Amino acid sequence: MTTDPRTDRICKPECVEPVEEMHYQFDLSRRAFMQLLGAGLVITVTGGVAVAQRRGGGGSGTRRPQTVSARVHIAKDGAITVMTGKVEMGQGGRTELTQAAAEELRVLPNRVQMVMGDTDLCPDDGVTAGSGTTPRTVPVIRAAAAAARNLLVAVACERWKVDRNTVEVRDGVIANPATKQTITYADLARTDDLAKAFEQAIPSDVALTPVKEWKVLGTSLPRPNRRDLVTGAHRFPSDIERPNMLFGKVLRPPSYGAKLVSIDLAEAKAMKDVVVVQDGQFVGCAAPTSFGAEQALKAVAKTAKWEPAPHPSSKEVFAYLKEHAQSPGKDERVEEALAKASKVLRETYHVAYVQHAPMEPRAAVAEWNEGKITVWTGTQGPFNTHSATAAQLRLPSDRVRVIMPDCGGGFGGRHFDEAAVEAARLAQAAGRPVSVRWTREEEFTWASFRPAAVIEIAAGLDAKGALVAWHYININSGGAAIESPYNIPNKRSRFVNSNPPLRQSSYRALAATANNFARECMMDELAAAAGADPLAFRLAHIDNDRLRAVLETAAKRFTWDERKKKKSPDTGVGLACGTEKGSYVAACVEIGVDRERGRIDVRRVCQVFECGAILNPANLLSQVHGCIIMGMGPALREEMEFENGKMLNAAFGKYLVPRFKDVPELDIHLLNRPDLPSAGGGETPIIAIAPAIANAVFNSTGIRVRSMPIRLATTNGA
Amino acid sequence: MDVTITLTVNGKKAAVTTDPQRPLLDVLREDLHLTGAKYGCGEGLCGSCAVLMDGQRVMSCITPVSQADKKTILTIEGLASGDKLHPVQEAFLAEDAVQCGYCTPGMILTVVALLEKNAHPTDAEIVEGMNVNLCRCCGYPKILAAIRRATQAR
Repeated sequence: MTTDPRTDRICKPECVEPVEEMHYQFDLSRRAFMQLLGAGLVITVTGGVAVAQRRGGGGSGTRRPQTVSARVHIAKDGAITVMTGKVEMGQGGRTELTQAAAEELRVLPNRVQMVMGDTDLCPDDGVTAGSGTTPRTVPVIRAAAAAARNLLVAVACERWKVDRNTVEVRDGVIANPATKQTITYADLARTDDLAKAFEQAIPSDVALTPVKEWKVLGTSLPRPNRRDLVTGAHRFPSDIERPNMLFGKVLRPPSYGAKLVSIDLAEAKAMKDVVVVQDGQFVGCAAPTSFGAEQALKAVAKTAKWEPAPHPSSKEVFAYLKEHAQSPGKDERVEEALAKASKVLRETYHVAYVQHAPMEPRAAVAEWNEGKITVWTGTQGPFNTHSATAAQLRLPSDRVRVIMPDCGGGFGGRHFDEAAVEAARLAQAAGRPVSVRWTREEEFTWASFRPAAVIEIAAGLDAKGALVAWHYININSGGAAIESPYNIPNKRSRFVNSNPPLRQSSYRALAATANNFARECMMDELAAAAGADPLAFRLAHIDNDRLRAVLETAAKRFTWDERKKKKSPDTGVGLACGTEKGSYVAACVEIGVDRERGRIDVRRVCQVFECGAILNPANLLSQVHGCIIMGMGPALREEMEFENGKMLNAAFGKYLVPRFKDVPELDIHLLNRPDLPSAGGGETPIIAIAPAIANAVFNSTGIRVRSMPIRLATTNGA
Repeated sequence: MDVTITLTVNGKKAAVTTDPQRPLLDVLREDLHLTGAKYGCGEGLCGSCAVLMDGQRVMSCITPVSQADKKTILTIEGLASGDKLHPVQEAFLAEDAVQCGYCTPGMILTVVALLEKNAHPTDAEIVEGMNVNLCRCCGYPKILAAIRRATQAR
């Protein structure tokens, strides 16, 4: 456990984004150093080379007091620029932060330009992850903008020699109603006084606009750069072009853990305009077209000799994880309560490895200029990528700039820096900018995976059907939302590590999905064992008003009591709820079941979500849509299959993600709580859908499916 | 052996001398600097690379550039008329149907092709016609709303 000094918030281990090391380390020669840096910089290198990789932190953000000028810039023409190290991957951060700045600056949002994720220009706000932008960065931007507004007012009042309380601010104009004097932000930006004033630190106690006075926050502002997204004008990281740029490809091992023993680069090196690099285990080619780079890569690949390593298959992965798990320990009190319980259920749940499969595979462009490298890449942590690039290339940190153009969706999988480092290494060898764009197969094989889970639960009911004991062990997948939100007198929940065979990373909601799946399925089993209705059983064990509110609202909208009476062998209903990262969700689903073909069709989903005061209802609705439908993939179909270290389904033709045909009828209700602080909404709405489906399968068929993906055997032998 | 391919892209004539096996997508992006069409899977199963060739939607990632010889190509960059967006683009904006936006160009061009063939598709026809296009943000509900809006605007 660590404490974030800025917020005094306890950072639990589960909010630390797991990141694993790259599988190669460069072995740059001293000569290459000298060429890169020029002789004059070598002294700097000696002192600054050990750039530690900053990792984790879950978006804990900047810790030093900051000047207003580090956040807010007002140009002489009145253009307002606001800077943040957070990034936009489609989750709406750009929009919300624009709203935050515009609200406090008292300007229309189209006056604000957010500069995001540029390590030369922006403060380090930590990684964009863990639903952190809403609760942590929105307040930081609001404070900076409010401080800027206060300074603008102070400079105007100083000029007019009037009291600050006598003036009004609207749309970037400061007015004194008594004298009818007005002055614009642009007018003030043309004075030296403002520049000097903006060098002040942002006060920690700056007053923010109360929710009831919000004019921009709380509205459905659309994404500021949306027009460029529908015209194709926006440049994603994979679209960045630099003059004289080459396209790079990197040699990947044929299987997990395989080591390169020997390789012959001669044929590729003889190809026209091709650059070939070998640096330890790293081998890459660059050429004027990506087709040319591929041809060169094929030529080197066919000469490569590899030493394979043993690797468990996906069929045996759960046994493997269990076998390699740390000991979860015991709690005497919980054991005693289980021993005394009238009824005890012990069940094991499995969750398969899945992949983010973002539409934009990872990509980076690197360009060297006078000993400094600039990298454009899609990363959740531009400052982490900055550190990783500096460390891998042994550069002092001021010789590296990382720019994150708004990129394709990440879903937790953009913590890795390989594309950046690969492009940088190839660009260094080529002496020209290089663009590295991973293929879908590379993304499916060498990116990262949501951890598989083995979850073991023992739970006890007393004679009245009340839950009195709960022992919960998550092996391998993580501790997010591991604590039961239900009122149970004797409970213990533990996450234990194993020896994961695949490279694991955070995935939208982290382990909250796996933990909520196992827990909510078990709650359904316990309700059945207690002879209780699943809704009534849960409500009887909920003390938390917010969780109760979402569950009751969802059940009412879905007409749970009527629908559950109509169950049949081909139709079922199920529900689930949960809480994570300060937000609350409940889902009721209706499914159709075709036993013969083993098909499960989600027909209707009613979901209620509450995350405090809603900052942008339209954006939140998009996030909830995305979570539910994305969540249906791993719930019903997605599973990485591997054998002998090779991925067997590394393609969209074999790994079936949700499509238009899978979209159910949706009834989504966003429960606004303007009286509560805003929590993020891009993750928690994913955690209820899978258990609700599994519980509906039981409702319809009487079969408990204790694994994700939830599959029914066919009865027609197909 | 390189060959010279002549094609009309977004109303402009272009000639490219290149390996005829290269995907049309690469030639559009790397030679003609039109990066609106995106790489998503390389197997024609996600629709990110969709462009119109002689008015038909094609997956440019699996279309060898040789097949585009003497053809007319429309990419997302050529869809608007100057500053005036195409009604499908307008519909996507009006329905807030863009999350990360990476799939958006391919989605929009697929809708344009769909509506050219069938001006007033039913919901089932829309879903059938769009099913090959993936959105991993899973923003399908708002994309469907945008398509319905574009249909009504016709």
